[in-house]
Amino acid sequence: MPTPIDREEVQRLLAEENGQLVEVLPPGEYEHEHLPGAINIPLKTLDAEAARRLDRERPVIVYCHDYQ
Amino acid sequence: MSPRAAARLASIGFTRVFDYVAGKADWGAAGLPLEGKSGSATRVGAHARRDVPTCRLDEPLAEIRERVRRADWDTCFVIDEEGVVLGRLGRSALQSDDELSVEQAMTRGPSTIRPSARLNDVVARMRRQNLSNLPVTTSDGQLVGLLAREDAERATG
Repeated sequence: MPTPIDREEVQRLLAEENGQLVEVLPPGEYEHEHLPGAINIPLKTLDAEAARRLDRERPVIVYCHDYQ
Repeated sequence: MSPRAAARLASIGFTRVFDYVAGKADWGAAGLPLEGKSGSATRVGAHARRDVPTCRLDEPLAEIRERVRRADWDTCFVIDEEGVVLGRLGRSALQSDDELSVEQAMTRGPSTIRPSARLNDVVARMRRQNLSNLPVTTSDGQLVGLLAREDAERATG
């Protein structure tokens, strides 16, 4: 079950556990601005093949713009 | 959208999935950097002067005045232990009678802007309202710095 987290926990996971940031918005919004180091896997394209870009051993942090 | 993405990853077999529900709007509003075509350079946070002096409610006014003068500033923000802005001591307030407390001398609840605000929009507001500067705070009210109109106008060309 995915865990909702706040900004402080995002920073901790990045700093201490080598977390992976994934922006799930469309490419145009990602190109406009994104969190440092984030990769873009739009929700519409998110399947097992796209998820191969991610390391299953490390935390995965997904985000979009806000509470959408 | 991110809850659905997180659920999708979990269904694919990922076991350590976290959902940063407040997303990049929250990240930017906290004054943290963003990358990309727009990135942080077009946002207020990148141009705020972060060395603006601060003080606490229980400090003597005379000491604050001297500290602010030595730092070559003419304003000071009153913050609590969390860095949340409680008020502002402007030029005239800093010259108040030493018998006054900070609470008595300060302007309470100054108008603030977020670090993620677009610089163009803020410059337009400063011109419209004839403001020479604006304090920048996070969405939690913590002081980030002071945006000077001259810096903002220079950055926007």
